[in-house]
Amino acid sequence: MQVNGQFQPTIVAFCCNWCSYAGADLSGTNRLQYPANVKIIRIPCSCRLNPMFILRAFQRGADGVILCGCHPGDCHYTSGNYFARRRMTLLFNMLEFLGIERERTRVEWVSAAEGAKFAATMNDFVATITRLGENKRLEDLRCKSK
Amino acid sequence: MQEQVRAKAKALLESGVCDRILAWKTGEFFYDVTPAVFTSVEEIDRDLVYNAFCGANLSKYLIAESRKGGKVGAFLKPCDTYSFQQLLKEHRIRRENTYIVGVACEGMADIETIRAAGIKGVTGGDFTGETLTFETLYGAKTMARAEALAERCKFCKSKKLVIFDELLGEQGEEQDVGRFDEVKRLEAMSDEERFAFWQQELSKCIRCNACRNVCPACSCEKCVFDNPNSGVENKAAASSFEEQLFHIIRAFHVAGRCTDCGECSRVCPQHIPLHLLNRKFIKDINEIYGPYQAGADADTRPPLLTYETGDPEPRRGDAG
Amino acid sequence: MQRIGVFVCWCGSNIAATVDVEAVSQALSHEAGVVFSTNYQYMCSQAGQEMIQAAIHEHRLTGVVICSCSPRMHENTFRKTCERAGINPYMVEIANIREQCSWIHKDKAVGTEKAIILGRAAIAKVLLNAPLTAGTSPVTKRALVIGGGIAGIQTALDIADAGFEVDIVEKEPTIGGKMTQIDKTFPTLDCAACILTPKMVDAAQNEKIKIYAYSQVEAVKGFVGNFTVTIRRKARYVDEEKCTGCGLCTEKCPQKKVPNAFNLGLDTRRAIYIPFAQAVPKIATIDADYCTMLKTGKCGVCSKVCTAGAIDYHQQDTLIEEHYGAIVVATGYNPIQLDQFDEFAYSHSPDVVTSLELERLMNAAGPTGGTLLRPSDKTHPHTLVFVQCVGSRCDGGEKGKPYCSKICCMYTAKHAMLIREKYPDTEVYVFYIDVRTPGKNFDEFYRRAVEEYGVHYIKGMVGKVTPQNGKLYVQAADLLGGQQLKIEADMVVLAAAIEPDKSARPLATMLTASMDTNDFFTEAHPKLRPVESPTAGIFLSGACQGPKDIPETVAQAGAAASKVIGLLVKDHLVCNPCVAESNELMCNGCSACEKVCPYGAITYIDKEFRGPNRTTLLRRIAQVNPAVCQGCGACTVACPSGAMDLKGFSNGQIMAEVDAICR
Repeated sequence: MQVNGQFQPTIVAFCCNWCSYAGADLSGTNRLQYPANVKIIRIPCSCRLNPMFILRAFQRGADGVILCGCHPGDCHYTSGNYFARRRMTLLFNMLEFLGIERERTRVEWVSAAEGAKFAATMNDFVATITRLGENKRLEDLRCKSK
Repeated sequence: MQEQVRAKAKALLESGVCDRILAWKTGEFFYDVTPAVFTSVEEIDRDLVYNAFCGANLSKYLIAESRKGGKVGAFLKPCDTYSFQQLLKEHRIRRENTYIVGVACEGMADIETIRAAGIKGVTGGDFTGETLTFETLYGAKTMARAEALAERCKFCKSKKLVIFDELLGEQGEEQDVGRFDEVKRLEAMSDEERFAFWQQELSKCIRCNACRNVCPACSCEKCVFDNPNSGVENKAAASSFEEQLFHIIRAFHVAGRCTDCGECSRVCPQHIPLHLLNRKFIKDINEIYGPYQAGADADTRPPLLTYETGDPEPRRGDAG
Repeated sequence: MQRIGVFVCWCGSNIAATVDVEAVSQALSHEAGVVFSTNYQYMCSQAGQEMIQAAIHEHRLTGVVICSCSPRMHENTFRKTCERAGINPYMVEIANIREQCSWIHKDKAVGTEKAIILGRAAIAKVLLNAPLTAGTSPVTKRALVIGGGIAGIQTALDIADAGFEVDIVEKEPTIGGKMTQIDKTFPTLDCAACILTPKMVDAAQNEKIKIYAYSQVEAVKGFVGNFTVTIRRKARYVDEEKCTGCGLCTEKCPQKKVPNAFNLGLDTRRAIYIPFAQAVPKIATIDADYCTMLKTGKCGVCSKVCTAGAIDYHQQDTLIEEHYGAIVVATGYNPIQLDQFDEFAYSHSPDVVTSLELERLMNAAGPTGGTLLRPSDKTHPHTLVFVQCVGSRCDGGEKGKPYCSKICCMYTAKHAMLIREKYPDTEVYVFYIDVRTPGKNFDEFYRRAVEEYGVHYIKGMVGKVTPQNGKLYVQAADLLGGQQLKIEADMVVLAAAIEPDKSARPLATMLTASMDTNDFFTEAHPKLRPVESPTAGIFLSGACQGPKDIPETVAQAGAAASKVIGLLVKDHLVCNPCVAESNELMCNGCSACEKVCPYGAITYIDKEFRGPNRTTLLRRIAQVNPAVCQGCGACTVACPSGAMDLKGFSNGQIMAEVDAICR
């Protein structure tokens, strides 16, 4: 999206309910700032993230998608993030294979105690996507608002 | 080999072991061999073929055939046995209702390659054996089978029949002929070049769904692309993105299950090298999680349905 | 069509300072489906909740969106508010505009814009919400404890004390476990039998407790509250009802050369035996591997001397099926086999013993009647060497275990102290890597061994033990003294690492409970839920979860019991309604979902469907047990056809949120 001639990326962050969503809450509680471009969607576990959701986000004009979950070994459901890790590894490789910039997708493990890490991750991710510019390769122009 | 297949098919019917036979018969054109179910010796004598154009993978048809009453006999090439075993692993086929005759395969020919070699106006011929003989409007012509091979057969992964009740011909070996070379070539390109390559290829897609319909792994009771509630339903190539979306989702859905039979590319009327998407997944799985061949056995857990605690993290982009 | 109400909270100035709440409620009032939109100072307050309830009635709302603090804070509050006003609690969605908006964005315009987008996403989601009802499942008010050692006994006693029936399954002929073999306990040096056997008797006499000794769990079906367990009762060849435990048969049996497992093979017993005098149940058992009658059909002495007529050579294993609401695993531990530790000459000299064997050699009921004698020549040993960490803390190697066995430092201090006290003429050396004594009165205990009893503690490992001329030549390093030592010892005692009992791994498979790489059961949470397995209804007691001493084991046993009691007092379990659900019309029956389910919540059935032309088709389809499913959603992504979806976080709902955010 262009705001006053400046590129403002749309970032979708999928956060697992038990660790990363709580980590995001903590960064709020500690008033650690990160850009408003990041919009969080709460999912029960990182393993709930269907690749279709990521593709949907890109189709609808997201410029970057990030998945945050419990650290490997700490999953509330014991194994969810291990499955998520494999799925995202392969999906991101495939997107890159199709010529989509790898920087547009990311996985980060953020615990409920890592409010600072959450904010730092989002700051870094927004900066990366801003540098990269608009997602043109995967968006569907018909879904674009004005 | 065709005579052996016919004889075996007839024997299976006559002895009562099977009450129908799944094999191949010539379709509209001589090179257009299609899967067919035979229920009588007469039909077999008249129509059943086994030649260089029997590329069709019969395993998928056994999902429906094995659910009907009685026993179906099927002739499966090495490639097809991998798909068959994978479908068994997914509980899609009722094994007890099938009788599998494994047939050795010398590689299947590709009509485009033959045309490109200047053999045109073909009216018939003999396509069994090492040398293919063509009757054309311009006289008889021959071509070595090896030169006429389809791309997937040049890079054949295995001539081994992994599951069968009975064997016709010799059991083969797994092959190692660099089937990932093309994937590697693409990987070596820049993002822009790869995007341009795929944009060029995928923009040809007319969403005919042939790749999906022929794919043994794409055998869902209801495909997400046909399901109005899936959120990705669409039936036409309405924009470039949807072509990509369709093919990415399809490739992801069959990741870890695709046996690399190459049917998707064979049937694509636009000649999109769709198998490269699947091979990319297979190559990554092999490299990251250890060698895995879908359908090679009945027990190994598919790589996306298992994990190791020490699996590597998804690779980061350079700027990240 | 849904009628959505939007309620924007100011949270005092927490939200209102950086988000224009009026603008947010205005903007959201124009969204499709929204029929009412307002803002208020404190939505979670009594007045705020009443306002929501009034709006629900007045505007006949079907769904509610609250733009407020994190759902982790007040989601439940608002769900209950709405439930009281008559709408389903799962028709409520929270837009987190405090932690994830007002608190992190200083610019009011930016914060307001983001709050509107988050509100839109919540509205988009709630439009697709469906009323969910938490299912319930009944609870069988009976517990099973697998393993009858001190952990299992304590758990069973505590559960029975609360008034619930509990069964103990023990694979040995008697309950009691490892503690029955131990002589004295640290750090108080009271006799193990004196504190354990009364508990064994309590368990036997408690009318709520049923003991299945000489039995094993064969199969487990079901889920939390509703387990069905098949128990194999192994043939004792003695009728449990008739045997009085008089022991006459065990004296008359002519087969005397059976290694006595209770004394770790240090002496022999008869083919018909009672493991020890205080066994519970005190019933004789015929060892089929050695009984002449069972092997050749010629003998029958025990049958002749038994006045109760309890001997039954034709007895067979029997299988019984019982129902339980909860299962406690208390399968305990064993010392590891030492055949890979040739350097300590364990297999070459009888005078090299494990610490557990030493317990028997010092026990008044043991093979030597409590007098410490060398096993080889039954003489009094003068020099004893203790080797610590035999097989513990072995990193990366082929042999041994990577973990600390935890109990060895303390029992070795105990052994050294007892020996020095009873036999002041002995020299006792202890070779250690570290002495680890965290525990109440533990370090004091160890220091007493060194300071009062003159035990020689030497930091360093023993390199080699060579048996020669009736002596054991011990070569060792003294790391602090910086020298090599050679000690001429009479006995060497190895503190063998402990490992989970071999029966644990197959049991874990039956229970779908997870284990770590060392075969210890894993906890639902290592810190906050240490006595529960991740599988609902399965609890952990004692050393099956990790190496533990007796006080810790008893503490964990009590904790596990309290968790079981907490489960069994409920008549019904309320299930989380946000569980996976498979659409049977789309299910391929491919088993992908089952393979990623950490809870074993998915099973398959063959179901008849209508096929074309009035035919019926038999199809394999997945079924989710909502009482077992925890709602992680792993299965929804593994499912290629999209038949599997998660209630409350459905594909449609999440994609609607994505669309709203990316709009």
